[in-house]
Amino acid sequence: MTKRVGMEVSIAVAEAVKLADVDVVAVYPITPQTHVVEHIADLVVDGELDAEYIPVESEHSALSACLGSAATGARTFTATASQGLELMQETLYVASGMRLPIVMVVANRAVSAPLSIWGDHSDVMTVRDSGWIQIFNENGQEMVDNTICAFRIAENQQVLLPVMVHMDGFNLSHVIEPILLPDEEQVKAFLPTNNYPLPLHPSKPVAMGDFAPPFIFTEARWAHEEALRNSKRTIVEVWDVFAKEFGRQYKPVESYRTEGAKTLLLTMGSFSETAMTAVDKIREEGLSVGLIRLRLWRPFPFEELREALQGIDTLIVLDRALSTGGPGGPVASEVRAALYSQNPRPQIVSFVGGLGGRDITVENFETIIKRGMEIAKSGSDKEFQMFGVRE
Amino acid sequence: MPKADNELTWRDLEIGCIATNPGSSSAYRTGDWRSQHPEYDFSRCIKCGMCQMYCPEGCIQTSKEGYFEANLYHCKGCGICARECPVWVISMKEGTK
Ligand code: SF4
Ligand code: SF4
Repeated sequence: MTKRVGMEVSIAVAEAVKLADVDVVAVYPITPQTHVVEHIADLVVDGELDAEYIPVESEHSALSACLGSAATGARTFTATASQGLELMQETLYVASGMRLPIVMVVANRAVSAPLSIWGDHSDVMTVRDSGWIQIFNENGQEMVDNTICAFRIAENQQVLLPVMVHMDGFNLSHVIEPILLPDEEQVKAFLPTNNYPLPLHPSKPVAMGDFAPPFIFTEARWAHEEALRNSKRTIVEVWDVFAKEFGRQYKPVESYRTEGAKTLLLTMGSFSETAMTAVDKIREEGLSVGLIRLRLWRPFPFEELREALQGIDTLIVLDRALSTGGPGGPVASEVRAALYSQNPRPQIVSFVGGLGGRDITVENFETIIKRGMEIAKSGSDKEFQMFGVRE
Repeated sequence: MPKADNELTWRDLEIGCIATNPGSSSAYRTGDWRSQHPEYDFSRCIKCGMCQMYCPEGCIQTSKEGYFEANLYHCKGCGICARECPVWVISMKEGTK
């Protein structure tokens, strides 16, 4: 029997990595990811997890070591955040282009300068187009569940792509929550053996990440695009099987109290739980407002999002990152693009806030919703609103 | 019949564009951006093999007669062989040939 235990989310993630019985962990510690990798190190030295733990000298080396390990068919895990993710940039594209099923937890954090160790989604947005599957999470339980699911998704023969599991820095990584750690045998049954189809092996030499001249590069890119786009089918299947086995259901786009609502708020990551409380309060005031939460960031869930937003008048999007000098909120801008072809389509009001660890409280969300509704009515000459900035 | 390079579609590629035939990179025609090519006066050649050792491309092969000659499918036209030959067998000429 599994029982609920109070546990820091980072520690719970490390326990999930242990449950997934990984073979290789190559990591470099960085705030706010540190507790994840420290606890995995403890599990390895204590003999609780039989894995090769490679303490490397940088994040570039961490992911490079993971490339080699995943290429041999070993189940491979790493974790990073912010500047570390930036330093990995080059190897991120190699991992996805070579179709290596690596799982990485990213403890989302702002990017320097100015230096900030606190959370937002700036780091995620710099790797948006890196060709990885990217899943967002709202609480510790989801982090545990999706860390486990990520291995089954990544290693699926129809997918074979690396997966980022996003954990908001501090808001998730450093809080203690009640967590249900799944049963070891049940996880073992849920995760089939990793069976990479063309592993590095002396008996059958292969070359990976090879030179692709102009006559074949476009085809290689398209093969990657097809794989990432089609991975959504497998992701949904894995979540459905997970729901049957473990009783918790995940979907690419999730909704909260959207029935009858003409105005919806859209969030991604841990702030969604605060947004739910704000929606409850606004509903008590008699305004019919609901919440949409984007769980799957890549592949982008176009169909599910259009379906979820059908028939509404106003969509208010909160982004925790700024596309500087551009459209403002990256999520809002992608949602706009996804809805442009729809007729009718809702008014979209974009807010950017919660940057570098600044909280968005329940009251703040109420303000965002109400101001968003006003702006939808009156119009605005701004691409986006910078929430809470002192001018 | 295997497909020609320019007939391959994305479906023909191995996962992650992995190359499964050892030595397959030798099929790439990488000499076609050459702007000069080596020409030889083998009457002076002493068959010392210096040109072969210095060629950064490893593209100098020995002929049946024991002479050392560039494979122009891969030769980049850098001129190092011409510079290193102790008896001036090799001269670099304009054009890809
Ligand atoms: S020109 Fe350069 S590449 Fe060509 S054979 Fe001589 S040394 Fe080799
Ligand atoms: S370096 Fe000159 S002499 Fe020596 S083998 Fe080459 S061409 Fe002949």
